Amino acid sequence: MLAPMHLSAQTHYQAELDAGRFCIQQCPQCGQHVFTPRELCPHCGASPLRWVRAGGLGTVYSTSTIARKQDAGGDYNVALIDLDEGVRMMARVEGVAPGAVRIGQRVRAHVAQHGGRGLVLFQPAGEGGAA
Amino acid sequence: MSRIPRSLLDAAAVNRPLRGRAAIAGAATYGCGEAPGMDDMTLLARAAHAAVQDAGLTMRDIDGLATCSVNASMWTLPVIEHLGLNPTYVDGTMVGGSSFIAHLLPAVRALEAGQCNAVLVCYGSAQRSATFGRKESVAARRFLDPQPYEFPYEPVLPVTAYALAAARHMHEFGTTRAQLAEVAVAARAWAQQNPEAFARDPLTIEDVLAARPIASPLTVRDCCLVTDGGGALVLVRAERARGLPQPPVYVLGNATAIWNRQISCMPDLTTTAAVQSSAQAYAMAGLSAADMDMAQVYDAFTINTLLFLEDLGFCAKGEAGAFVQDGGIAPGGRLAVNTNGGGLSCVHPGMYGIFALIEAVRQLRGQAGQRQLARHRTAVVHGNGGTLSSQSTAVLGTSDTL
Repeated sequence: MLAPMHLSAQTHYQAELDAGRFCIQQCPQCGQHVFTPRELCPHCGASPLRWVRAGGLGTVYSTSTIARKQDAGGDYNVALIDLDEGVRMMARVEGVAPGAVRIGQRVRAHVAQHGGRGLVLFQPAGEGGAA
Repeated sequence: MSRIPRSLLDAAAVNRPLRGRAAIAGAATYGCGEAPGMDDMTLLARAAHAAVQDAGLTMRDIDGLATCSVNASMWTLPVIEHLGLNPTYVDGTMVGGSSFIAHLLPAVRALEAGQCNAVLVCYGSAQRSATFGRKESVAARRFLDPQPYEFPYEPVLPVTAYALAAARHMHEFGTTRAQLAEVAVAARAWAQQNPEAFARDPLTIEDVLAARPIASPLTVRDCCLVTDGGGALVLVRAERARGLPQPPVYVLGNATAIWNRQISCMPDLTTTAAVQSSAQAYAMAGLSAADMDMAQVYDAFTINTLLFLEDLGFCAKGEAGAFVQDGGIAPGGRLAVNTNGGGLSCVHPGMYGIFALIEAVRQLRGQAGQRQLARHRTAVVHGNGGTLSSQSTAVLGTSDTL
């Protein structure tokens, strides 16, 4: 009989994204949210962590415009986003010019699909930042 | 969201007894700049041979080894084989560019314990000239050492990580592009006094600002060189060093701190783990930033120098921009920083840590030629690895400081 298949945190995260869901982890013991996905809570050491849907709202913590040749797609944005849950992730803010992304700007996540693989992207949340 | 980790180590209590117990007795570089036809091992071996000779020893005296490589995960093995060593102390710790500085304290401990008698710390990289050079190495590491939560966003690493830190520093403290450029201009001015430096043509703030953008706010002139080069040091117990030809350079303090790997997991982009490594290194040495005659810091990008001037205690957080302004760290400035020209203008073969150490040794010995500092009794040497991930600080001093 085959041993049961285990999902790594990375595989779980990606499978949720592929299904259009942006999930992060939360520690059942200390209650803190965790990103990037992993096995143990980096704050209190508890395991296993549980998966929860991310609210999707966040704030730009830092941002950079990466120079790329026009025929290769042109300049693009790389940003660090502080989610309202208290975790930080690397992502890209779209819907505005790369250089127009501002630190402190409120942004909202969506899951884009590229070749069947889900990827979290952000766009400006607009005034009020309602979910 | 800022969550600065704390360390419980009382370095003054635990490591002070090791202060000055070992010294750097030999130091050498080889093939810095462009070394066509060379490979990593050849550069390492020639630097190692020169450093051992500089120490007044022979390769047969070497019974301890500390080395690592960007590409080879078992690098100590081929180095031992190539050099014909049989070491009783081996340290292959690879923490990125701060390796070699991070190799010091374990080596001092091993020497003090009698585990070995002469430790060779060595590195070589032909990343500029080799067929399997920097580009190929970066591509291979995407598979060997993936970062699945960052790579999908195509950050050009490592520069994007440092660009994000620079943008945040500018946002929080009002640091300007011109202040970042000052770091590159000062490094170039030092390099112009160093015949070994790779980039010695004139460089102005305007040149840096107008250079090709890479990742905003950084341009190509905010980025370190891609060169070849080898470097090596020989560490022995203090008593033995006093009988060798070169003036001993004592290891007064050393500590290493690592809080994260990925830039997205760094607790606070404007405070590096250098605050911890420097505090523990100073505590071991019983000295502070105010006691340092020079700072040799790993300037992979201009923002690094600003962050480390703050985190090593030369100015308050957020004030490094003003500190470097108007030639503050250039020759004749308020603090001598990266007197060889640094990774920005002297040499940067993948990992720079050992070259910062070697420059400190040359200055402390009084062998730095045209760029020799008038005051040269103490030096703080700081290494950075990964993407602001690993930090190692060493405090070195001459016999006056014992």
